[in-house]
Order: sequence, then structure tokens, then C-alpha cells
Amino acid sequence: MSDKKKKVVRPRTPMPHQDAMKRGTNFSEVALGYSREQALVEAERCLQCKKPLCQDGCPVNIDIKGFIAALVDEDLKGAYDVIRKTNSLPAVCGRVCPQETQCEGKCILGKKHEPVAIGRLERYVADTYAAESACEEVTDLSTCALERDDLKVACIGAGPASLTVAGYLAGRGIKVDVFEALHEPGGVLVYGIPEFRLPKSIVARELGGLEELGVSFHTNWVGGKTITIQDMLEQGYNAIFIGVGAGLPRFLKIPGENLVGVFSANEYLTRVNLGRAYEFPNYDTPAYNARRVAVIGAGNVAMDAARTALRMGADEVSIVYRRSEDEMPARREEIEHAVEEGVRIRCLCGPLSFHGDDKGCLKAMTVQKMELGEPDESGRCSPVCLDGETEQIPCDMAIIAVGTRPNPILLEATPELGLNKWGYIEADPETGETSMPNVFAGGDIVTGAATVISAMGAGRRAAKEIADRLL
Amino acid sequence: MGYTIVKKEELIPGQTSMVVIDAPQIAKKAKPGNFVMIRTSEKGERVPLTIADCDKDAGTITIVFLVVGKSTAEMNALNEGDEFMDVCGPLGKPTHIEKSGTVICVGGGTGIAAMHHIAKGHVEAGNRVIAIVGARSKDLLLFCTELSSFCPELRIATDDGSEGHKGFVTEVLLDILETEDDVAEVVAIGPVPMMEAVSNVTRPFEVKTTVSLNSIMVDGIGMCGACRCTVGGETLFACVDGPEFDGHKVDFAELKARLWQFKEQEEESMERFSKECRCDV
Ligand SMILES: Cc1cc2nc3c(=O)[nH]c(=O)nc-3n(C[C@H](O)[C@H](O)[C@H](O)COP(=O)(O)OP(=O)(O)OC[C@H]3O[C@@H](n4cnc5c(N)ncnc54)[C@H](O)[C@@H]3O)c2cc1C
Ligand SMILES: Cc1cc2nc3c(=O)[nH]c(=O)nc-3n(C[C@H](O)[C@H](O)[C@H](O)COP(=O)(O)OP(=O)(O)OC[C@H]3O[C@@H](n4cnc5c(N)ncnc54)[C@H](O)[C@@H]3O)c2cc1C
Ligand code: SF4
Ligand code: FES
Repeated sequence: MSDKKKKVVRPRTPMPHQDAMKRGTNFSEVALGYSREQALVEAERCLQCKKPLCQDGCPVNIDIKGFIAALVDEDLKGAYDVIRKTNSLPAVCGRVCPQETQCEGKCILGKKHEPVAIGRLERYVADTYAAESACEEVTDLSTCALERDDLKVACIGAGPASLTVAGYLAGRGIKVDVFEALHEPGGVLVYGIPEFRLPKSIVARELGGLEELGVSFHTNWVGGKTITIQDMLEQGYNAIFIGVGAGLPRFLKIPGENLVGVFSANEYLTRVNLGRAYEFPNYDTPAYNARRVAVIGAGNVAMDAARTALRMGADEVSIVYRRSEDEMPARREEIEHAVEEGVRIRCLCGPLSFHGDDKGCLKAMTVQKMELGEPDESGRCSPVCLDGETEQIPCDMAIIAVGTRPNPILLEATPELGLNKWGYIEADPETGETSMPNVFAGGDIVTGAATVISAMGAGRRAAKEIADRLL
Repeated sequence: MGYTIVKKEELIPGQTSMVVIDAPQIAKKAKPGNFVMIRTSEKGERVPLTIADCDKDAGTITIVFLVVGKSTAEMNALNEGDEFMDVCGPLGKPTHIEKSGTVICVGGGTGIAAMHHIAKGHVEAGNRVIAIVGARSKDLLLFCTELSSFCPELRIATDDGSEGHKGFVTEVLLDILETEDDVAEVVAIGPVPMMEAVSNVTRPFEVKTTVSLNSIMVDGIGMCGACRCTVGGETLFACVDGPEFDGHKVDFAELKARLWQFKEQEEESMERFSKECRCDV
């Protein structure tokens, strides 16, 4: 008792970063990760609460207090084991999860002080303790003696949702085939989130762990085209998991949107990340060269696009957003990083039209000035037009990052799949099962664009259900 | 696991080649009008190419490509026995083929290869097919033998008059439209200006006209929006909504502008590639 009272709460251990001026010109990782000392200091801040609220805030329910306790004891393997029990991509999650609204948002220390830096600790543990025996890590059994030749499961799409299903089931001895349309597995982790935030080598390491467990990746296989769900059922897959992500980019439907120089964030990021355009001409995929870039939207995708454009050599990059900074959906940390690197934020501006030159290339964008009105159904203040107040913003590239719609390829080929009113797959929230028996779905294709960890949470629920039925 | 080239033929040396690729799963599913995305090597770009033919029993697909830049030049440097790193497909909506009467299939340049697959589909569906093929000169004509093997009515146009009609395919097309009463559909595949010209010729006749848009693509699966085109005032994605659209509704000017988007970088790539090649010899 008296002990606790005396305990002074130390401030949160800051994350070492690559210098803001320097990093705006390279694609190396921005957040450098804790050293051993920093991790231990931070871990000791944890109060080891009787009722750890942090765990409830985690979509895959990591035993956070447990892994931090092991870390304090300097039992790295123990800490890693605890995390891997419920999370098969800890190095990814430690980097990209919105911890401030999840585990850290609930951390008791956060009520009066700053919360424990749970995400940074997770990253430290995952990076430092790279998997030695993947089988052991995932199953918490020492062998894969449970291998079953008679069972096989197919996953369509190789994003976080499917990877979680694959890891869980493979760990329990079930043969898993993952079919991915692109030439690299990883989903948004490889084609969307840039290298400076999530190095591809980290994703590759996690994928390698899954391969060690016996998961087979089949790239260039498009579900609904190269292989249909019907084919898979005929080929004797005992269950199928659909994790194809949210897909088709949304545009604004305003004049001039198809001018040369107007891109979707998906195209821009796919060129740079999947096509490695930042290494052009060493790699063949080009990105558009631009000096003045306007990015429309203010989510994680918009921040990534803006920071990428800066690194690709733009002189001036602005985020154009119709509400105010408080309403921006991106992670706080990412907004701060963007601003530090020189991205300009223009709030309360809604795009009206794009203007081109006589060759059809973008030159400027007209925006409508806004003010904040009453909160709308999303709970955020709604943007209201200020009549007659418009402004022309000169720009030679615009990147539209205002969300996605469900990709039609698999859905058109599988008319039996029940969809909700927004066109996403309808799946049982407990089990992930769709309207087709033994066909499950999860991640962005069910919820619409969300987060890595929520996709993994859905994968985990579906995998549990599949395992319960099959084993 | 690559995709082996089981046969290669330089149709027009240094310019147009045909490759037959071992890709059983794609062959099984391919229909006329589908395309694939090919990446030649680790650092390569994903390039869309039409499936010009497929042999479901042998498990192969046939691609015919024009060497225009770095990626196609690199493809052309491969030989029988070599592999493409990635072949993804079949993509896009297959050509809508039904028994409808007389169909005129117009092919220009490398587009003749793609057109031939579609013409074959129409013949198989019981339609009367009139094929018109065009090129700058006789040596640049493709697939005429293959076409005449199943299509008795084959018309040829060359710019220099070295074979068939001297002039454009559109002139031959106009002739036919003026004499034939009930043409159910005109299909045009080839360079954008040709498809635009064909659409302009057929417009007054109010004949259904289908064109296959070769917009720039990145993923080919509807995720990036690079391939978007304005058709009938609406933005559509060539890779998932097309690549075939109603030629009377396509905004060709926009398509042409968008095809030039990466010109500078493409030239830079090609220049480097030619230099590297010379060093090797
Ligand atoms: C730029 C960007 C930044 C983001 N930043 C963050 C962040 O910081 N933190 C966070 O938590 N979340 C972030 N997100 C969101 C997060 O990445 C997604 O919510 C998550 O990846 C969804 O996972 P998923 O498995 O459902 O789908 P995806 O990751 O989208 O993976 C789906 C996979 O399926 C493949 N596919 C699609 N159709 C087919 C088909 N027919 N057949 C076979 N394969 C197919 C796709 O190619 C893809 O590889 C970001 C998203 C983007 C785009
Ligand atoms: C659905 C579809 C089917 C096609 N079928 C064929 C075919 O059967 N035979 C054939 O010869 N060509 C076909 N093309 C065109 C072919 O994709 C381009 O010629 C090829 O990408 C050029 O690549 P490159 O690197 O050699 O040339 P580059 O130097 O990169 O470009 C030369 C020109 O090719 C076009 N182009 C460049 N990159 C792309 C890209 N990623 N996607 C589309 N166009 C691009 C542009 O107009 C550019 O100006 C098709 C295109 C599409 C969209
Ligand atoms: S809520 Fe915070 S202090 Fe309590 S156990 Fe979780 S991380 Fe530690
Ligand atoms: S090529 Fe990406 S959406 Fe069509």
C-alpha cells in the first residue's frame, strides 16, 4: 500500500525516430523501435492491474498484462509466447494498430497520466524475439503432431484476415492453401502501407513463419476468375475463408476527375509499394512526377499517400479535408509525423472540381470553404458549405483517398453469397459464416475499410469456428 | 514457380511476337475477350495482354504482343523454355457472344490477334462473321491464315496498298455497312484512333459497336482505378467493367490523354534497357 503511494509515475518512454528532415527524403522506417533499456523502463510502468482494461480494448484479446510481466522479468520468449497465443502478426500490429483507441485507450494509467506504450512494447518483443520454431509459437504445443492429411481449408486473399485464419488452422495441423490475386501475399500490408511505416521485410518474416507452419501461398490466383468458390468446394476443401479486402476505390464524382494527374490513393500507393516505384528506374513501375500535390481525405490512407508523395520528391504536399483537424480519422501519431515532415493541412475545404490544361493534365483544383455544423450520425461535426466561398488550389497531382467500395470480382462470380445493403458480404458476427455453409468471411470485405487488427480479430473468430467443426 | 513459354514465334521480327504459355488453370477458364497481367521478372511491371487463343487440353494460352517499350521488349527477349514470373488471369469480362446474325470484326495491328479469338467465338455461336484486318503494309498483317481457316469472309486493308484495299479498315467497313442491311454488331480492336474512327463510321448506321479499351492498368483486378474510362458520362473501370464497351459512348479523347501519363518515365526505361542490351552483346 505505502509502496504504491510512493511510486512516482514516470513519463511514457518516447519512441526514437528517424530525424524528420532526413526521413522526408527516404523510405526507411520512421519509428526506430525501443532499445532493450527503453523497453524495460516502459514495461515497468505497467501497474499489473487486477482487472486489466487494456486487454478488453484489444480486438484479439492479447494478455497484455501477462506479456508485460514476462518482459519485466526479461523473459523475452515468455513475452513472445503470450502475444503469439492470440496474435500471429505481432510485428505488424505493434506498428500499425490504432493503440490510442484500443488497448492504450483503455489503460488505467491513461486516466491520470500517459498510458503504457503497449504497441511499442509489442513491437519490441516481436522484433527482438524472431520466431525460431513457428509451430511451437502458434500452437503453444511443442510439435505439430496433430497434422491431419484429410482436412484442407482455402483462404481467398492474403491480407491480415486470411493470414490469421491460415496461421491458426495450420498451427492446429490443418492444411491451408491461400489464394492471392496479386503477385505478392500480404494484402494492404504490402501494397498499401508504405515501407517507411511497415518495412516489407517485417511482413516477409511473418509470412515466412506461416510457410514454416505449412501454409501454401498461391499467388496470381484470382478468386472468382482463376478459381471459383464452387471449384473449391468441388475440390474437397472442408471450409473456405474469404478475406479479399475492401477493394474498389471511391472517387468524388466531380468534374475533371479523370484528368491526367488525378489518382486514387490505391493506384498511387500500389505503384510505389507493390511496384517499388520509389526505386524507378531500377524497377519498371513508374509513379507520376509532381511538384504540388493535393491529397483529398484525412484517414491513414491519405496520410500514407501524402508522406509518400513527399518522399517521391514533391515540393509541396497538402492534405485537403472538409472537416477540422479534430475529426481526422487517421491515427494521431501519423498526422503528427506527416506535419513534422512538412505536409500541410488544409481543413474545412471540400473539392468541387479539377481543372486541366489543353493536354488534359491537372493544373488546379477548386475547393469549397466549409464551416463546422452540428454532429452528424457519425458523431463528428458535419461540414457545412460557406456559400460562395471557393478557392483555387494550384496542383499538378491530386490523390483521392476517400474510401473504397466492395470489389465485384468474387461477388459477381458467387451470386449465392448474401450481401448487406452496402454490398459487403454478410457474415455471422460470432462465427464469420456466410449465407453459404462452411464458407466464411471476415475483414474489410465484411466491415468495409477498417483496421488490420479488426480483420485479424474476424479471422481468429472464423478460424476457431472452423477448427471446432473440423477437429 | 514460373510460367513456361512452350512456343515462341516472331510474327514480325523485332516488332510483334506470339508466345504460347503453359498456364493450365488460366486456359481452363479463359474466354474470348479476357486478358492476363504478365510480369516478366522480379523488377518488372505488370502488363495487361489479351488472351489471343487458348488450348484447354494442352493447358496453354497464346499471347500476341507488340514491342512498344521496356516491358514488352523484355518479354520479347525471352525464348522457348524461359519463364514469365507472373501470369494472372483470366481477367475482365468475356466478350458478350450470342447468336445474333451478321457480325463484322475489325482488327488493327496487334489487335488482330485479340480480334481473331473473338471472331472465332462468334463463328462458334453460329454468327456470320465478316473479318476486316488492317495494317500499314502487307508484312505487318497478322493471323490472316488462322482467320481464313474459320472465317470465309476476310477483307484486308493496308495503308500502302501492298495487299487488299489501299487505305484504312474504316473505308472497307463503310462499304460493307452501305451494302449489308442487317449487321447486328461491329467489333473493333486495335489502336485507339482506329477504334474511335470505327465508332464514328458506325454511329450514323446505329449499329451496335464494341471496342476493347487498352487503358493503363496496374493491378487488373479493380483495386487501383488506373484503368478508369468515361463511358456514357459514367466512370467505369476497364479491368472489371470491361475491357469491352459501347464505342459510341466512350470518351476517346480522355483515353488518349490518359495513355500518355507516364510517357517520360517509359522513355527513360526504354532508353536504359536498350543501353543495357547493347552492353550484353
Ligand atoms: C494505405 C493504407 C493504410 C492503412 N493504415 C492502417 C493502419 O495504420 N492501421 C490499421 O490498423 N489499418 C490500416 N489500414 C487498413 C488495413 O490495412 C485494412 O483494414 C486491413 O488490411 C484489412 O485486411 P483484410 O485481410 O480484410 O484485407 P486486405 O489487406 O485488403 O487484403 C485482401 C487481399 O485479398 C486480395 N484479393 C482481392 N480480391 C481477390 C480475389 N478475388 N481473389 C484473390 N485475392 C483477392 C487482395 O489483393 C489483397 O491482397 C490501412 C489501409 C490502407 C489502404
Ligand atoms: C486489356 C488490355 C489488353 C491488351 N492487350 C494487348 C495485346 O494483346 N497485345 C499488345 O501488344 N498490347 C496489348 N495491350 C497494351 C499493352 O498492355 C501495352 O502495350 C504494354 O503495357 C506496354 O508496355 P511497355 O512497358 O512495353 O511499354 P511502355 O513504354 O511502358 O508504354 C508504351 C505505351 O503502352 C501503354 N501502356 C504502358 N503501360 C501500360 C499498362 N500497364 N497497361 C496498359 N497500357 C500500358 C501506354 O499507352 C504507353 O504509352 C493491352 C492493354 C490492355 C489494357
Ligand atoms: S491497463 Fe495499463 S497499467 Fe493496467 S495492466 Fe493494462 S497496460 Fe498495465
Ligand atoms: S487496373 Fe486497377 S482498377 Fe483496373
